[in-house]
Amino acid sequence: MNLPPPPGPPPRHHVLSVLVENRAGVLARVASLFARRGYNIYSLAVAPTHDDRFSRLTIVVDVESAPLEQVVKQLNKLVNVIKISELDPRDSVERELALLTVRATADQRQQVVSLVELFEGRVLDVGADELTVTADDHPSRLDDLEELLRPFGIVDIQRTGRVALPKLEPGSGPGRSSG
Amino acid sequence: MQTNGGSALIKALELEGVEVIFGLPGGAILPVYDPIIDSPIRHILVRHEQGAGHMAEGFAHATGRPGVAMVTSGPAATNIVTPLCDAYMDSVPMVVITGQVPTPAIGTDAFQECDTVGITRSVTKHNELVTRAEDIPLVIRQAFHIATTGRPGPVLVDIPKDIVDPVNPRSALDWYWPTDDEVASSLPGYRPTTRGHARKIREAAELILASRRPVLYAGGGILKARAAEALRELAELTGIPVVTTLMARGAFPDDHPLCLGMPGMHGNYTAVTAMQEADLLVALGSRFDDRVTGKVDAFAPGAKVVHVDVDPAELGKVRRPDVPIVGDCRLVIEELVTAVRDLSGGDVAAAQPDRTEWRSMISGWQETFPLVYEQSAEGDLLKPQYVLEQLRDRAPEDCIVASGVGQHQMWTSQYWRFNHPYTWVNSGGLGTMGFSVPAAIGAKVGRPDRMVWAVDGDGCFQMTAQELVTAATERIPVKVAILNNAYLGMVRQWQEMFYDERYSEVYLSPDLPDYVKWSEAMGCVAMRVESPEEVGPAIDKANEIDDRPVVLEFRTDSSEKVFPMVPAGRSNSDIVVDPSQTPPGGGR
Repeated sequence: MNLPPPPGPPPRHHVLSVLVENRAGVLARVASLFARRGYNIYSLAVAPTHDDRFSRLTIVVDVESAPLEQVVKQLNKLVNVIKISELDPRDSVERELALLTVRATADQRQQVVSLVELFEGRVLDVGADELTVTADDHPSRLDDLEELLRPFGIVDIQRTGRVALPKLEPGSGPGRSSG
Repeated sequence: MQTNGGSALIKALELEGVEVIFGLPGGAILPVYDPIIDSPIRHILVRHEQGAGHMAEGFAHATGRPGVAMVTSGPAATNIVTPLCDAYMDSVPMVVITGQVPTPAIGTDAFQECDTVGITRSVTKHNELVTRAEDIPLVIRQAFHIATTGRPGPVLVDIPKDIVDPVNPRSALDWYWPTDDEVASSLPGYRPTTRGHARKIREAAELILASRRPVLYAGGGILKARAAEALRELAELTGIPVVTTLMARGAFPDDHPLCLGMPGMHGNYTAVTAMQEADLLVALGSRFDDRVTGKVDAFAPGAKVVHVDVDPAELGKVRRPDVPIVGDCRLVIEELVTAVRDLSGGDVAAAQPDRTEWRSMISGWQETFPLVYEQSAEGDLLKPQYVLEQLRDRAPEDCIVASGVGQHQMWTSQYWRFNHPYTWVNSGGLGTMGFSVPAAIGAKVGRPDRMVWAVDGDGCFQMTAQELVTAATERIPVKVAILNNAYLGMVRQWQEMFYDERYSEVYLSPDLPDYVKWSEAMGCVAMRVESPEEVGPAIDKANEIDDRPVVLEFRTDSSEKVFPMVPAGRSNSDIVVDPSQTPPGGGR
């Protein structure tokens, strides 16, 4: 079964990096705030930071900039939210990981593998007429990979949602605090 | 010192200065109710958990101190969701303790289990499910800190039974009491801003000194910040007129020459129109609520906006301010006063443009469009406005008034003269019918020295009247005036005006229930009042009773409508005045 064509690049997406207390219920608070105020989450990734008291959420929100200000202010009101930064794609490094199961009969297999290698990806699993491959890259590059694999027939896909950190100043030391 | 979670919880409440808890026990909260017997804290046993929540709100409205309610798990927790939402909308400081099933039973659909923190997440400033007895003192301190600082609001603490039950080893803890610093450092994401930005305050002062048609738009935040005196100083220093929103009635005296009264959908014509025509709105602890602005795009079209609020999210939420100032209203207004003085070199009047024209526009509106109603004809039902005038004139000036929601609420806000802060207890944001009886009880508990009237509608009264049993039992002598027009009056008004007089499900009957018998059965003195000459004497009699609750039922005219009115979704410039008055512009 072919999946429907992917939506175009999200037109108004903003990347928020949100540092929160690492404790039960915090993700639910953040998620329910988005739901209640009618904001759409495009993707979300969450994991503890190097300091296990805190977790970092990378949230891609699909809003225009005026509502974004309101999103950020409302998030800031949550007692368990420590700090929010909006990451400008030009000033941040972004990464995402994708798993894709692609239809590939024996004669197509090499074509798929070559494509995946162009993206520095790997084959994780091989079936009689399917392959599961992985790649981690900038989200827009993963969009490209997805597009290139689509003609073979994408059986399943799981992307992690993007994670991001601000870019470092070249030449300076590790001056950025975790907060 | 070794103790258990239940005793620690009550001790923590005592140390937080709690004098009264409004509540109702049940299975999961049982172990906490045992140490209450030995505590100096007064417990008021309500008849329904919603009553406990509104009483805690009424207490907070009247005293400025956080109200405390305690109920059990499951249905008790869901019953208190409405007061939590009400307190959240109106920024009322409140701490609600709910029982929860024992921690091992959580998630098993146990008897009287519900996901209380999940259900209340969006209607509390913060909530917390406590899972270890040793966390209780800290969580209680955090709850009071969060409820009362920054923008106040309700905080819920959900306490599983096993951590408070002395027979369960999980309830054991070593007593401790966290310091202020420990509380602050335990909340790394909570740092309310109180001091306004000095440069912004200076910009605001410059706008004030340059404006020709300014209005101070005072909201409930003035009362929350104890800023009524500061507001008065700013108004008198600059000579700028003040509107007080529904949540700010009493924040500036109604009898002050600069007071224009309430703005909004049923506001005073002058207050509404002055805001529309203003060239500067100084919003102080107000939030550009839709009931104030009418159609936002058409609201105060020529006004620059200075917006002061302790909640940064309010600035720009509805209307983008020219000068946003995050901070405590009292501190910011005090600094604004200083900045105005400094910038004007001492002579504030001379530093401002001539505002004679503005003053004469305002006094013109006041003369042309005062609040009016027609007295009832001989033998007709009472006019609700007349009843309110009599209640007002026969009560002491510092009387506290609570109201429900609907026509009677608007008439009370319009016709009462609020000359003191903290004399108006009201459900503004959520618009909770049934608010007044329990809220009045809470206010009276907090201010036993004051006379407290609940002005209620017949529809509202039927929602929470059972709390009069609580009032009678606990000897809380509140007074209730039911304006019985036998209708859900505000809904009826909309159906008359906007649904071609098609009255759908709004008739309630004047006689069923019999309000006098019902009130008497609940332990109140009760009287029915049907003619204008009975009104005054009945009120005087009620005012003399101070040992039990009193209920006066006034039979009022159901055809009476609240005017002025800005129809929903319309511009405030389309305000509809009383039919007896010449409409503005003459055409409508």
